[in-house]
Amino acid sequence: MQTSNDHIVRSFNNDLNDLSAKIGKMGGQAEAILQDSIQALVRRDADLALRAVEADRRVDALDAEIEAAVVRMLALRQPMAIDLRVIISALKIAQALERIADHAKNGAKRAIIINRAPPMEQVRSIVRLSEVARDMLRGVLDAYANGDANSAVKIRDRDEDLDLLYEGYFRECLTYMMEDSRSITACTHLLFIAKNIERIGDHCTGIAENVYYAVTGDRLGPARPKSDQLLGDK
Amino acid sequence: MADGERFNMVAAEAKVLVRDLNVYYGDKQALFDIELDIGKHQVTSLIGPSGCGKSTFLRCLNRMNDVIDGCRMEGSIKVDGDEVLDASIDPVQLRRRVGMVFQKPNPFPKSIYDNIAYGPRIHGLVSNQDELDELVQSSLERAALWDEVKDRLHQPGTGLSGGQQQRLCIARAIAVRPDVILMDEPCSALDPIATARVEELIEELKKAYSIVIVTHSMQQAARISQRTAFFHLGLLVEVGVTEQIFTAPRDERTQGYITGRFG
Amino acid sequence: MTEPSFEKIAGPGAAMANSKGLMPDREAALVRRRYRAEARFKALGVAAIVCAISMLFLLVGSIISTGWSAFYQYEIALDIKFDKAEIDLTNPRNANYGGLVKSALSAQFPEVSGRTNKRTLYGLVSSGADYQAMEVVLDDPSVVGNTRRVWVLASDDIDSLLKGFIDRSLPEADRRVKNKELVWIDRLKTDGRVRWSMNTVFWKSGDSREPELAGFWGAIVGSFFTLLVTLALSFPVGVLAAVYLEEFAPKNRWTDFIEVNINNLAAVPSIVFGLLGLAVFLNFFGLPRSAPLVGGIVLSLMTLPTIIIASRAALKAVPPSIREAALGVGASKHQVVTHHVLPLAMPGILTGTIIGMAQALGETAPLLMIGMVAFIVNVPGGVTDPSTVMPVQIYLWADSPERAFVARTSAGIMALLGFLILMNALAVILRKRFERRW
Repeated sequence: MQTSNDHIVRSFNNDLNDLSAKIGKMGGQAEAILQDSIQALVRRDADLALRAVEADRRVDALDAEIEAAVVRMLALRQPMAIDLRVIISALKIAQALERIADHAKNGAKRAIIINRAPPMEQVRSIVRLSEVARDMLRGVLDAYANGDANSAVKIRDRDEDLDLLYEGYFRECLTYMMEDSRSITACTHLLFIAKNIERIGDHCTGIAENVYYAVTGDRLGPARPKSDQLLGDK
Repeated sequence: MADGERFNMVAAEAKVLVRDLNVYYGDKQALFDIELDIGKHQVTSLIGPSGCGKSTFLRCLNRMNDVIDGCRMEGSIKVDGDEVLDASIDPVQLRRRVGMVFQKPNPFPKSIYDNIAYGPRIHGLVSNQDELDELVQSSLERAALWDEVKDRLHQPGTGLSGGQQQRLCIARAIAVRPDVILMDEPCSALDPIATARVEELIEELKKAYSIVIVTHSMQQAARISQRTAFFHLGLLVEVGVTEQIFTAPRDERTQGYITGRFG
Repeated sequence: MTEPSFEKIAGPGAAMANSKGLMPDREAALVRRRYRAEARFKALGVAAIVCAISMLFLLVGSIISTGWSAFYQYEIALDIKFDKAEIDLTNPRNANYGGLVKSALSAQFPEVSGRTNKRTLYGLVSSGADYQAMEVVLDDPSVVGNTRRVWVLASDDIDSLLKGFIDRSLPEADRRVKNKELVWIDRLKTDGRVRWSMNTVFWKSGDSREPELAGFWGAIVGSFFTLLVTLALSFPVGVLAAVYLEEFAPKNRWTDFIEVNINNLAAVPSIVFGLLGLAVFLNFFGLPRSAPLVGGIVLSLMTLPTIIIASRAALKAVPPSIREAALGVGASKHQVVTHHVLPLAMPGILTGTIIGMAQALGETAPLLMIGMVAFIVNVPGGVTDPSTVMPVQIYLWADSPERAFVARTSAGIMALLGFLILMNALAVILRKRFERRW
């Protein structure tokens, strides 16, 4: 994250820069896993899927590194104000990214199973879903890197689009499964993948909120859009 | 977030009201238009770089600046509604109401007992020896020092350890039953354990007194105070609830100071 | 040097050990040079101390070697017949004790005849023998009508002879003691009529033209009265002035001016104060001449700057934290000064005062100007009685021609030095005793 790099203690600057570099790297890897798992599904490429699963381990390792770095900085630097916020949000963002990578990895695993079945039309729509999620992730990582609170707010608002897309996809799959009971296994897996992607969107929202807090010091209000009509209420 | 909560000027009933305070040393202005309230039964900490005027401000509150040649104060400081800067206020009476603890522990080179008893004696707060004994004991108890010194009350106060000396000074300050206690970097000469003891004591004392503390340790300000004021170049830059000052300060200068970014 | 060296700090041993291994030769040479320079510097200091101490020993040694003989005196035993006819018991002071002493001497040496010889014989004993005889009667009137053996002082020449300062082998003409006197003294000696005793006259009486009767007590008492006046005037004035200047006076051009003047006053030669005393106190105010009162006033003028400067330094040395502490609990300025600052500064003030007093004790010049140099036999009984002081007495004796006054002079110096050492010791004790640590 971009904070003004003029600490009197230069090594503190370095620590903070290392931390945001690690977040950036982790974000990039999570994004790649998401990308790869969808590609594995589209191209029916089992190897790619396995590589994505493998990559998740590296994300987990980065998450552990970041956690250690945060604990060390809290203990040794006793950060205040913006430093404190940046460090605490780094911890939470790393957690969210780890979850995102997990969800993506889950998608890759399911892709291997789905790919044993004949190709299906529904895979196409899931790509659209994943692209929105990927845009959100990319956007939120950019916002983090630039310390841009405004774009973080905008990203959060996009979660609504993703939720709507997911609802649409859910209905689509439901219709399909009712038409052809043989597709139920594959469709169910696809639905899980879609649900994972939707969760990724939620985590991106969380990251956006943390970026906003780190930059401004304010918590983003509870005005988070939620149009979860699947649950029937509201 | 609402401004009312954010710019919490007074979290409790105000004990001291400072308005438009300007202080000059000769031709040099040391404080500019300070406006600050000190909450009752609260710890208010003043932070800022050296020479920012926080000590000067502190010393205005009990007119310790009077003894400095060429020091001039303008504006208004009201303690419980009484105007401190008014010429009719006797600084000696004021200093009984607004006690002070200094940076370096400075017990009188007398016995522990006489250190405490001195203030009550000169102010005639007690009428006989028993009352005085009682007051000395209660002051030492309040300063959490009684158990450590009760067997050697008549030994010199300068023979105590640094932390004990500072608590002795605090006991001496509260022996004259002040309303407000001013502390000028009271822990800067103490080790961490002694500091912790003094901090614990401050925590205890705030139930009965309004405390204003100048500190260079931001951790200390964060630990013990309810409100924090940041001074810079004679200006009161920001004042707020301590938690807000240390997690999300509003002003760039505050942020720069507390995160160690000052040029 | 790549190794930031502990050895550099640790000392020669470590540095030498290092010079073999890690330290380059150039650096080792530098270190050696540094140690040599340090050793040279130390040696110079020791030499200076040795020099100063040997000077002191020389001075004190020469004074003691000349002066020690003044602390004892020879006495001659006479069998004085206290004739009832001579002494009127209602008024014993009026009797002719000189005659009694003379007849006792004549009785001792019945063979001596002729006026000159008799006068020489009478000169064996001091002229103070009359008073000694009188003392006996005053002490015990029952002695009248009896004969009693009385020890009377030998005259100064005989005293010198007995002390071995007169060489018997010199030709008679070059000697102050003639051959016949030698014979008499030797006879007295063999009779057991000569003895030595501690010189109590020196500590008991005032000045005299006769060395064996000259005492230092008058000067000691004179010095005491003078210093009493000096202390009574300069201590309160000096301390109050110092307290005002240090604690209350605003810092402005006036106080600076006063400060400069006080410092200058301390450097004014003391004779100037004497002239001032002569002009103002004696001529203008008409105060008594040669009196400890005037001497004390003049000396207090001289001591004031010393006391003020010392007191200000002592007040300044009281840490400001103590003042703040007292102000902080609500003490007024006056209470801060009287309860805290002055008590803490007192040892320093007293030390300064004692040193000023010691200076005053040794001062001669201004007192010469106001007539304290007069020959005064009586021990003063008050501050307005004419008197002399110790250094002036020494000066007077040093000026006297009699041989025996040389020893008195040195003895006087010893007494004066003794008092000075006593006062300085008092100052040291005060400082040690009441020194506070903050």
